[in-house]
Parts: sequence; structure tokens; C-alpha cells
Amino acid sequence: MFFMFKILQKRVFSPIIKEFVVEAPRVAKKCEPGQFVILRIHEEGERIPLTIADFDREKGTITIVFQEVGKTTMQLGAMEAGDYIKDFVGPLGEPSHIENFGTVVCVGGGVGIAPVHPIARALKEAGNEVIGIIGSRNKELLFWEDKMREVCSELYVTTDDGSYVRQGFVTDVLKEIVADRGKENIALVLAIGPQPMMKATCGTTKELGLKTVVSLNSVMVDGTGMCGCCRVSIGGETKFVCVDGPEFDGHDVDWAELTRRGSIFKQEEQRAIENHKCQCGCGGDK
Amino acid sequence: MTENKKPKKEIIPVKNPMPAQDAQERARNFNEVALGYAEEIAVAEAKRCLDCKKQPCRQGCPVEVDIPAFLNLVAERDFDGAIKKIKEKNALPAVCGRVCPQESQCESYCTLGKKHDPVGVGRVERFCADWELQKGVITPSVEGSTGKNVAVIGSGPAGLTCAADLAKKGHKVTIFEALHVAGGVLMYGIPEFRLPKDVVQAEVENLKQLGVDIEVNSVVGKATTVDELLEEEGFDAVFIGTGAGLPYFMKIPGENACGVYSANEFLTRTNLMKGYKFPDWDTPIKIGSKVAVIGGGNVAMDAARTALRLGAAESWIIYRRSKEELPARAEEVEHAEEEGVKFDLLRSPVEIIADDNGWVTGLKCIKYELGEPDDSGRRRPVAIKGSEYTMDMDTVVIAIGQGPNPLVPRTTKGLELNKKGNITADLETGATSKPGVYAGGDVVTGAATVILAMGAGRKAANAIHEYLGSKK
Repeated sequence: MFFMFKILQKRVFSPIIKEFVVEAPRVAKKCEPGQFVILRIHEEGERIPLTIADFDREKGTITIVFQEVGKTTMQLGAMEAGDYIKDFVGPLGEPSHIENFGTVVCVGGGVGIAPVHPIARALKEAGNEVIGIIGSRNKELLFWEDKMREVCSELYVTTDDGSYVRQGFVTDVLKEIVADRGKENIALVLAIGPQPMMKATCGTTKELGLKTVVSLNSVMVDGTGMCGCCRVSIGGETKFVCVDGPEFDGHDVDWAELTRRGSIFKQEEQRAIENHKCQCGCGGDK
Repeated sequence: MTENKKPKKEIIPVKNPMPAQDAQERARNFNEVALGYAEEIAVAEAKRCLDCKKQPCRQGCPVEVDIPAFLNLVAERDFDGAIKKIKEKNALPAVCGRVCPQESQCESYCTLGKKHDPVGVGRVERFCADWELQKGVITPSVEGSTGKNVAVIGSGPAGLTCAADLAKKGHKVTIFEALHVAGGVLMYGIPEFRLPKDVVQAEVENLKQLGVDIEVNSVVGKATTVDELLEEEGFDAVFIGTGAGLPYFMKIPGENACGVYSANEFLTRTNLMKGYKFPDWDTPIKIGSKVAVIGGGNVAMDAARTALRLGAAESWIIYRRSKEELPARAEEVEHAEEEGVKFDLLRSPVEIIADDNGWVTGLKCIKYELGEPDDSGRRRPVAIKGSEYTMDMDTVVIAIGQGPNPLVPRTTKGLELNKKGNITADLETGATSKPGVYAGGDVVTGAATVILAMGAGRKAANAIHEYLGSKK
């Protein structure tokens, strides 16, 4: 039995944020909110982790949303419906812990809105009142407002530059909600997004004494606990994001270490992008 | 009857040397170090076999290759016959001829070896396998289908051997591999310069010719479980050969600094992902000018030698016992020394020092001396108080061993494990505490060698064959 990972559908949210629906029946059969896949586009390609944004067990499909930040995501973004992704493995990592907590605030920043969605939906199905906050740098980079509205009883939208709905960070909105509702009426905060956003959210909630779960996106190779590349200190103990996470108590995360480890291959990533760019001066890709 | 009554063969005391790339040159490239015997040398080496009656070499082979028989065939220049003879017992001769520790197995029992160099069994085996790969492999015959399905989890040496044996006996075998390519440690761990990946893939291809299906990108324990394979997916038996893929760290300060790798990460980036070809290949590997590899096993040697090839100016092995106790093969230690790897023995790191940006700048070590022998029979290293010193380093590779990956054991109901998390299995049959489920290789024994894993795969295949026969 050999699976081909066909891109069935492609949507372009902005020039750098794209959504694929991928045929991956084995992954779709078993995955739960919070888990991730690792993919590789071609023979010479690297393995990159992407959190599962949605899944359809009957159709055997997985939805991924990604932002083009490096060579691999740029190449991925250039693929079209009908193309095949060479390798697509999952579900990896531990699923989100879902139970009826009461009221949960789900915060999605930038491309992190995508993985928040299935978790918010599962939380709602488990009986929680789900309040959503989604934010991005500007209007162009915002997506899935409609999908999030379906699973949240209240949804707040914010943009860093004020180009849509309101100006401000997700933490500004979060503070207002807590002030409005009272912190004793909020059981849990879930925050997924760029590291500075998750770190800032945890800073805010730590002051408020609100338990906060974050989903970390580390550099990985195998994603099955074999290489330890994704290791991070959680409450002073080394954990592997790939098998122990990707979700952790945000107040226990050593953010400085995580940021440092995330930048280990920055120079190489830059070199890969430059190498990928067409050398003729047209500004396009190879 | 004594051996003396046989016609005496001429004793040729010295083993034919293995042609190899020049040490200085090879230390900077990833091409294979050992170049292999030419035909004439292989024949000459095979002729060194005394053809003694007791054939003690055979007890040294975990997969029971009929060594004197294949050496005889090579001596007669019947290379077809020789490789056929080897393959009766060994599904991966091109791999074994390269990475088996023959000096502690077949060759250590060799009668000639009592007074002289033993016959170079591994080198002749490699010649036969390469000779066949070059001219095109003839697929061995497969027995008629039994209608039984076996799932093999993991495509390392244990899984590949088990799969090959079961396929030859007529069972339908599907291998589930978590990574994107089959071969396990042969692909991600052992470097290209010791075991070219094309050779591994050629052996994997031979397996497919036997009718074995290989499903890559399939993580058992996540996408499916052993219980589901048995209950829902129609498999009659399962073999677990998931190896020792979980890297151990030392739990010393600074271990999460930038520039510290587990040996698994360092080797996987380089071998499996071809990091040495970056940026033509996409996966980067970063190497500093001074590299410290902690540990003294084959994996540590591989990492230290890889570091030189990636461009490190200095590559150090830091090991807490003395040279005598190095667990690596003598040949690997010798190769590493020739290539310029430096050894700092009777030392152990206590801290990895990093700069303000979190990058490794040094390694603080403590000196050891050897005390009384411990459980392993080796003299126990004892730290010398106050002997700490610091070495400048910018890359550190931790190669102190690996444990079993818990993904499969954790998700399989009724599977007994030991304290270290290894699967408890009968060493003669691979039978686990769960009916129909067998295990072998590093996931049972802890990190060991390719050939021991293959031996375990072989034994389990026999036991599974028997089990399937007894099942209605």
C-alpha cells in the first residue's frame, strides 16, 4: 500500500500565506487537534513540521496553512492543486488535552490562527465556552475569521497596524477580556502563533495568574524523538517538542533558550533562500 | 580422526591489506574509505582458509553463514556460487561485509588466526556482494504463498533480515518505516564513508524483489498501533525492530546551548538528509572549527570522523575510560586516528560553556583514573577531585548511547518492558509477552551491532514461521 500525498485544493490567503488540502488518509484517520505533520517536498528537500489546521476523516484529507518564511515553504507555496508532496508523515506529537474546563480563551496570532481552529472546535464540542482572539500584522495576513467565528461564542479581531477592525496586539484584547469578565471566570488560555506573541501572551497571563497552554514550533528533523534537535527546557527539565509536546504550559517554557535554539540555522536558512532566488536579477525564484 | 590427517594447506600468515583512500585525503571527503578487494586479492585471501575440519568460524556468525563453503567457492572463482551460499543465510551481505565487527566474531574463531592473521572473511564477503551488485542481482526463489501476512515495524537491520526470511518462506510481509526512506540506522546513522547509501538501497531493492512491501512515512504508535495491525489490518503476526533511536543526554549544564548536537541529530542531518551537500540539498548542518565528541563507541567515532569531513579543524573524542576500554571497533579507532581525530581519554565533561548568545565556547571536563572493575568487567573510571579544566570548543556532539524509542512499546497493550524501556523478548525466538508479537535487535538488547540485530531478526523469522504454521 503506497500513499501519494496529492494537493487537492489550494487557497491563497495572501502572497505569503497559503492553505492546502492534502490527501493523506492514514494521517486523517488518526489525527487529533494539536498534532502535527512533517513534510518533505522533493528528494533533496528538508523535513519541516507543520501543525495540522484541519482534517476530514471521511475524505482522508489534512489541511495545512503555512507562511512562506524559508526556501522550503516558498517552494511549497509555488506548488499547485494536483501536485504531489513527496513525503507527508503524521500524526505526530501529543494531541491537545481536551476537557470541559469552563471558559477558554483561544488566541491565534498570524499563521497560528490555523492550528488554533481545530482545538477551539474540540473545546467547544467538549462543552466549553470558547472566546476567540485572532490577530495579525495587517489585514492582508488575516484569514479564517469565518471559520473561527463558527467555533467561538465571541470572536475578537485585531491588527498590529490597525488596517482591520482595530489596532493593537492580541495581548491588548486579552487584557480587556479579562478585565471585563474577571480572571476567576476564565479557566484556560490557549495561545498559538509566532514565538514573541506566545511569549508576550504568557507574560500577560502569568501576571494575571491564568493557566496558559502554548504550542511550540521548534526546528525538527525526524519528529519522532530520534534526534533531540527540538529540545527545550520546560520548568528546568529538557523535553522534546516532537514527542513530549508540541503543547506545554507556557509559564514553564524557557523562552530565551527556545528563541536561541530557533535561530541556530538562521544563516544557513538565509543562504538557502539566496541560493533559491533566480540569479538573473528578475527577482523570481529558480 | 584429527585435523592433521587432511592434506596440509600452505599457511599464508598475513591477511591481504584492504585498499583504502589516503588518510589525509579521505578525512576531507565523504567517499568510501575502504575500497574493497580486487578479484585477484579476494581469491588469494579466500585461499588462505585452511579448510579446517572444525570450522570454528561458523559459531562466530550470528546469522550462521557457511563461511568455509563460500570461501572455497571464491577460491575456485565461482563467485555466483559464493554469493548464493552467503545469501542462503544473510540478506544484507554488502552491508555486513562492511560494518560487521568480524574481528570479534567469525574471524576471532579462525584457526589460522590462532598463530597468524585470521582469514579476512568480511572483506571477501564484501567482494562477493559488490561483485553481484555490479553485475545485477538474481532474486532468490520464494516459496509458494502461505496466505499469511506479517507486519515488520522498522526497516533497520533486524527488520530487513526478518522480512527477507519471512518473504522467502512465502509469507506476505509489509514493513512500516517512520522515516521517508528504508534502512533505519544503515541510512541515518552509519556514515556514507563507511557504508555508502547506494549500497544500502541496493539491498533494500533486493528485498522488494522478494515481494516485500515497504510503507515509508508510517509511524507505528501514531498513525496505527500494533494492536490495530493485528485486529483491524489483517496481519497475523508482528515483528518489532524499532531499534535504539532515543538519544541519551548527559544532563549537565549547557547541554541545550546552540552548537550541541546529539550524535543522532548530527549524523541524521549529515547522512540521511545529506547535510554535507547543503545548499544543493536543503538540510543544513553547522560545524565549528573545534569539535568535541563525547563518548567512545562506534557512533562517537563516526561523529568525530564526520566532523573532520564537514570542515572542522580539530575533532576530539572525550571518553571517560582509557583507550583499552573504548567500545568502538579497533579498526574504527585506527581509522579515526589516521585521519587526525584527537583523543582526550579518562576525561568527562561536567559543563558546556556558552557565550551570551547561547553558543558553545568551551567544554569543562574533569579528569578520571581507573579503579576496580565494575559489572561490565571494565575498570571503573573514578573522578579525580579538583582536576577540572576547560577546553575551547565551538561544537559538541553527545554520543553516549541511545535507548529504545518509546512510541511502539507505549502504545502496545500487554507488551512487557524492562526498566530501561526495552521490550522483554526471548533471545532465542524473539517472542514477547504478547501472542503473535515478536521483537529483536536494539529495541530488545539496547544499542548493539548491525549483525546482532540481523541475528535476532533471523531467529524471530523462524519463530514467526513456526507460529504461523501452528495457527489455523
